[in-house]
Amino acid sequence: MTKIIIRQKSAWKLVDLREIWRYRELLYIFAWRDIKVRYKQTILGILWVIFQPIMTTFIFTFFFGNLAKIQSGGLPYSLFSLSGLIFWLFFSGSLQHASDSMVVNESIIKKVYFPKILLPLSSVITGLVDFSINLFLLLVYALMIGYFPRLIGLIILPFCLLLTSVTAVGLGLFLSSFNVKYRDVRYILPFFIQLLLFLTPVIYPLGIVSEKNRMIMALNPMSSVVELSRSVFSESYGLFPELLLISIVSSFIILFFGLAYFRKTERFFADIV
Amino acid sequence: MKPIIEVRNLYKKYRIGVKQSYYSLRDSLAEMAKNPFFPFKRKKIDKDSLASDEFWALKNVSFKINPGEAVGVIGLNGAGKTTLLKLLCQITPPTRGEIIIRGKIASLLEVGTGFHPELTGRENIYLNGSILGMSQKEIKKRFDEIVNFAEIEKFLDTPVKRYSSGMYMRLAFSVAAHLEPDILLIDEVLSVGDVTFQKKCLGKMEDITGKGRTVLFVSHNMQIVLRYCQKAVLLDKGEMMKFGLIQEVVNDYLYYKQKVATFRKWTDLGRAPGDDIVRLTEVRLWENNHHAKETIDIRSMIRVDIEYRVLKKGVTLVPSIQLSNEQGIIVFSSNDTDNLWNWKSREEGRYVSSAFIPGNFLSEGSYLLRVVIASYKPPKKHLSEKDLMTFYVVDPGGIDTSRGNYIGRIDGVVRPFLKWITKKYQ
Repeated sequence: MTKIIIRQKSAWKLVDLREIWRYRELLYIFAWRDIKVRYKQTILGILWVIFQPIMTTFIFTFFFGNLAKIQSGGLPYSLFSLSGLIFWLFFSGSLQHASDSMVVNESIIKKVYFPKILLPLSSVITGLVDFSINLFLLLVYALMIGYFPRLIGLIILPFCLLLTSVTAVGLGLFLSSFNVKYRDVRYILPFFIQLLLFLTPVIYPLGIVSEKNRMIMALNPMSSVVELSRSVFSESYGLFPELLLISIVSSFIILFFGLAYFRKTERFFADIV
Repeated sequence: MKPIIEVRNLYKKYRIGVKQSYYSLRDSLAEMAKNPFFPFKRKKIDKDSLASDEFWALKNVSFKINPGEAVGVIGLNGAGKTTLLKLLCQITPPTRGEIIIRGKIASLLEVGTGFHPELTGRENIYLNGSILGMSQKEIKKRFDEIVNFAEIEKFLDTPVKRYSSGMYMRLAFSVAAHLEPDILLIDEVLSVGDVTFQKKCLGKMEDITGKGRTVLFVSHNMQIVLRYCQKAVLLDKGEMMKFGLIQEVVNDYLYYKQKVATFRKWTDLGRAPGDDIVRLTEVRLWENNHHAKETIDIRSMIRVDIEYRVLKKGVTLVPSIQLSNEQGIIVFSSNDTDNLWNWKSREEGRYVSSAFIPGNFLSEGSYLLRVVIASYKPPKKHLSEKDLMTFYVVDPGGIDTSRGNYIGRIDGVVRPFLKWITKKYQ
C-alpha cells in the first residue's frame, strides 16, 4: 500500500525520479494527448510536420546556398542545412511547447496532484515524434541524392538527440515556470528563439567562425549538435573534443539550473496559476 | 490497524483579497530599472506569524480516520473545508504540519478535469482516467461500466465538443465514480446534473461506502451527511471545533449555527418568563420518550413538556405552542386541549402541560418553537416566548417514511405519511 506524507517540501531535492517513474503512464498519456490533438486538428497530419523542414531547407538553400554561396564543406547545401535543421526544429518546438505547458494545463494543475514536471517533459516527448518523422525525411532525401549515412551515425545521431533533449528539458523547465510567473514571456520567446537560430551554425558551418569564438559558441549545446549531425554524411565534419566537452557540461548546467528553478516555483503553482 | 488518514497540526496560510498572482516581465523590468539597488524586495517568509494581509485558512487541525469510515466535513462557508480537501489531495502544500495517507486517494473535486474537447468520448475516458490516477489496465477493465453508467454508448467516438452539457457531465462523473481509490474525497458534487442522475450518483456513493471504502464528504446538506457518514469534522474559521460521531457533530453544528436547543430551564423564578400569576420554569422536548437531541427522526413522536408554576390561584390558564419553519412560516398553533383545565381555574403549584406532535407529520428541516401561556377572561398573555427551542427533523428514508427511496428535494410544509392504494385494472 502506498504511503504518502504531505508536508512542506524541501527545496533542496532537485527531482524525485521515483515519483516520476510511478507516474510514467501519465507522462505517456500527456504526450499521447498532445500528439493526438495536433494531428487531429490538421487534416494534413504528417504532411504538416514535414512541411516545415522542407520549406525551410528550400528557402535556406535558395538564399544562403545559391545566392550567398555559403560554403557547406563537401555536402550539398540542402543536405547540409536539413541535417542540422531537424535537430533545431526539435529543439525550438520543444521549447515553445514546454514553455506553454503549465499555463495551458492550468485547470488540471489546480485540481489534481501529479508531479508538474511531467508537463514540460511530455512536451519534449511530443517533439520526439515529429523529430522521428523528420529524421526519416532526412534519410530518404540523403539516399535520393546519393548520400549514404556513415556507420558512425548510429552513435552520433542518438548522442545528438540526447544532448538536444537534455538542453531542451533544462531550458523548457525554466521557461515553463518562468511563464507561469511572467505571462508575457510567451510573446517574446519566438523572438529569442529566432535570435538563437542565428547564433547556432544552422545556415553556416562552424568552420567559418574563429577558433576562439567557437569556444563561446560551444556554450550553446545546439552548436555542437548541429555541427556534429553533418558528420553522419561527410567525413569532413567532426568536432573537436574540447568543444564537445564544453557543450556537454553546459547542457547539464542548463538542466541543473532548469530543475532548480522549476523546483523552487513548483510548490506554489496551484496557488498562483 | 493504522489510521488511513492522519492529520497532524495542520496549518495553511493564505493571503487576503485579490491576489496578484502573476506579473508581466515588462513591468518587473521597468520596476527594476526604477529601483536598481533593491530589485528584489524579498519578504521574509515566517511560518509562524501572520503579515497584515494574511490569514489562517486552517489552524492546528488534527484528526485520524480509520479505513472504511465515511466522514463528513461540515462548517459554514469559509470555514476551511475546501482548503482541507486541497491539502489532502496535495494540490497545495501545507504551511506547517503534516498529513499521512496510507492508500490511494482520489477526489471528486475534479470531475471532468483535463477533458479535451477535440478528443472523442473514448479517448477522454482514457485521458481523464489517467489524470485522476487510474492505470491503463484499470481503465480497460472498467471501460464498459463507465460507458454504461454515463449512458453515452452511441456517442463514444464523437468528439466531446459536440456533447450536450448533460452528456458531458455524465461522462465526467462516470469516470470519477469508477476510480475505486482507497480514499474518496467529495465536495458537494451532488448539485450536478438532473435529478435522476443525482439519484444515480447517490446510489453510487452508497455503493462506495458500502464496500468499506473511506470517504471524506464536504457538504452543507445535513440530511445527506447524516445519511452517509458515521463521523464528522466540524470546522470554524480554520479551526477544528469538533471531531467525532456524526450525530454529535451535526448537533453541535446546528447548535452553533442556529442556536439549536431542546431543553431550557429557569432556576431563578424571579427571572423566569411570566408575570405574577404564572412563571415558566422548564421546557423540554422528547423524542419517543427519550430526551430529544437536536435532530429528530421524522417518524418519531415529539412531546413538548412545558413546566410552569402558578403563583396566584383563581385564573384559568391555557398554554399553547406555535411552530414555525426556516422560512418563517407558521406551521401550526395549538392550544391546550385538555378539557379538565380549560374551564377550571388553577390552584397554586407546579404544572406540566404536554403537547404531542405525531411522527410522520412535520416536514424535514429546522423548526422554531414558541410557547405561550394565556388566559381568556379577560384576554391576557402571561408569557410569550419566541424561538425558545429549535430542532431539526430528518427524514432518513425507508419504507415507513414518505421519502421512501427518493433522494431529491421534497416540497411542502408538512410531510404526512398518507395511506395510498394502487390497484391494477385490466
